[in-house]
Amino acid sequence: MKILAIDSSGLVASVAVVEDDITIAEYTVNYKKTHSQTLLPMLDELKHMTALDLHTIDAVAVAAGPGSFTGLRIGSATAKGLGLALDIPIIPVPTVDALAYNLYGSDRLICPVMDARRDQVYTGLYVFRKAAGQGEGYSMCTVEKQCAVDISQIVERINELGQETVFLGDGVSVYREQIADRIQVDYSFAPACCNRQRASCVAALGMLLYSNGIAETAADHAPDYLRLSQAERERAEKGIRQ
Amino acid sequence: METKQDVLILAIESSCDETAAAVVKNGRDVLSNVISSQIELHTLYGGVVPEIASRKHIEKINQVIGESLREAGVALNEITAIAVTYGPGLVGALLVGVSAAKAISFATEKPLIGVHHIEGHISANFIENKELEPPFVCLVVSGGHTHLVVVKDYGEYEILGCTRDDAAGEAFDKVARTIGLGYPGGPKIDRLSKEGDPDAIRFPRARVDGSDYDFSFSGLKSAVLNYLNSCGMKGIEVNRADVAASFQKAVIDVLVEHSLNAVKEYGFDKFAIAGGVASNSSLRAAFETECARREIAFYHPSPVFCTDNAAMIGVAGYYEYIKGTRSGYDLNAIPNLRLGER
Repeated sequence: MKILAIDSSGLVASVAVVEDDITIAEYTVNYKKTHSQTLLPMLDELKHMTALDLHTIDAVAVAAGPGSFTGLRIGSATAKGLGLALDIPIIPVPTVDALAYNLYGSDRLICPVMDARRDQVYTGLYVFRKAAGQGEGYSMCTVEKQCAVDISQIVERINELGQETVFLGDGVSVYREQIADRIQVDYSFAPACCNRQRASCVAALGMLLYSNGIAETAADHAPDYLRLSQAERERAEKGIRQ
Repeated sequence: METKQDVLILAIESSCDETAAAVVKNGRDVLSNVISSQIELHTLYGGVVPEIASRKHIEKINQVIGESLREAGVALNEITAIAVTYGPGLVGALLVGVSAAKAISFATEKPLIGVHHIEGHISANFIENKELEPPFVCLVVSGGHTHLVVVKDYGEYEILGCTRDDAAGEAFDKVARTIGLGYPGGPKIDRLSKEGDPDAIRFPRARVDGSDYDFSFSGLKSAVLNYLNSCGMKGIEVNRADVAASFQKAVIDVLVEHSLNAVKEYGFDKFAIAGGVASNSSLRAAFETECARREIAFYHPSPVFCTDNAAMIGVAGYYEYIKGTRSGYDLNAIPNLRLGER
């Protein structure tokens, strides 16, 4: 199976083409230019560099949220345009899950942290469990589903679990001190090679999801923001007060 | 003998609160024009909420594009080029159309053409008026724009004037809110005005010092507010229909005077209106009367081509395509894009 993957959920823009267990190409940029200017030129470069025939792509996997609302939509709209033109499905991959998948095989608790503004983080907790047989792979298990919470809440949960934890994600630089202040277990931060969104992770996890029947038509796909818009939130709060 | 190939433009528009797609043949023939309006959703909030608009666009965009192709009876691979609005407008909303259009262009290897939203509105006049060709003067009036423009040639514009503060449509919305009509204000004021006396209250006709063709509507809006306040203080019951009609007349008088002065000064015999407010019945009637009196040919699109739509983007996109305009995959949404800039 050949998957084209996109992640523009955070500061990183990343695209990849993965066929079964081989990453044919991956292009990841963490630079201040807007995703709208970088994403398609990156895909175009990747296509030329690998003489990619787009019609051999079976599905588009996209980091489908949470993340920057605009970033998510740039990724999703790109995926939808590709899906429409190539008549292929979209695999929506939860952003935080894909971020955790960077640390495949780790025997520690994994805590991706994305800056969600408004003093919150998009986060979750994951562990990898080895399947029984010799040579069998690990499967990623969700301890806490991806969510938008205060950093203190997720650190408290880690303290409750009492397991050594590896943090990663663009929220680490923002919340490093707050994590250090509150955490009661041994912990560390993942290094540069595997601490940000990567489209190859979106593709690899996407392939697993696809084999479990998770895919949608390009027309039906929309990001999962995990948050209402400000106007909807305020309207709902007003409703409660009245 | 070489046969001339039809040029089929797939056009996408998502600059504000309508998700729209259309297929246009040879610049003048609208084969389909699909619009998914979000107006009811935004009515809850008394105006367009950018984040909600953007979210709706992404939910609808593929259905709308698919329907536009089906209605036109055209397969995606038969399309010549993809045109998309890239500004001005709400950046988050624009980005949905721009990103989807770029991906479709990339996957189909069809040329991509970024189109200016206002250029689209002006070009809407070409759809039903096959004989209309530049040069002419065009007044673009909508919720976000008030521009008086000389259309020198296809895709070539000289901006004579624009609003210094509120757009004409914005003034309609704000006044409608203050007299309790709700959103969207334009059609509601238009309707209520028919029951009122346009000369009942003398609201100011605003001029901008040192500029014959610029507009200003915030003073008029304040005058309406002051009038309502003073009525309230004096205990006089307000006749809302008279307020609506008198306010509308004040807007129209200024629009007509500025526009037709420009037509005269530049020596043209053609004038067109465009944009959402161009579907206002009193505005049309006023221009019709005044243009007839001055022997100026008056053009206006049907209401469906006045409000935001993709057919107009397809028309503008066609003329840009013919001129050789092509956009790269780095095309970005530009919320404050100026007419005539690329």
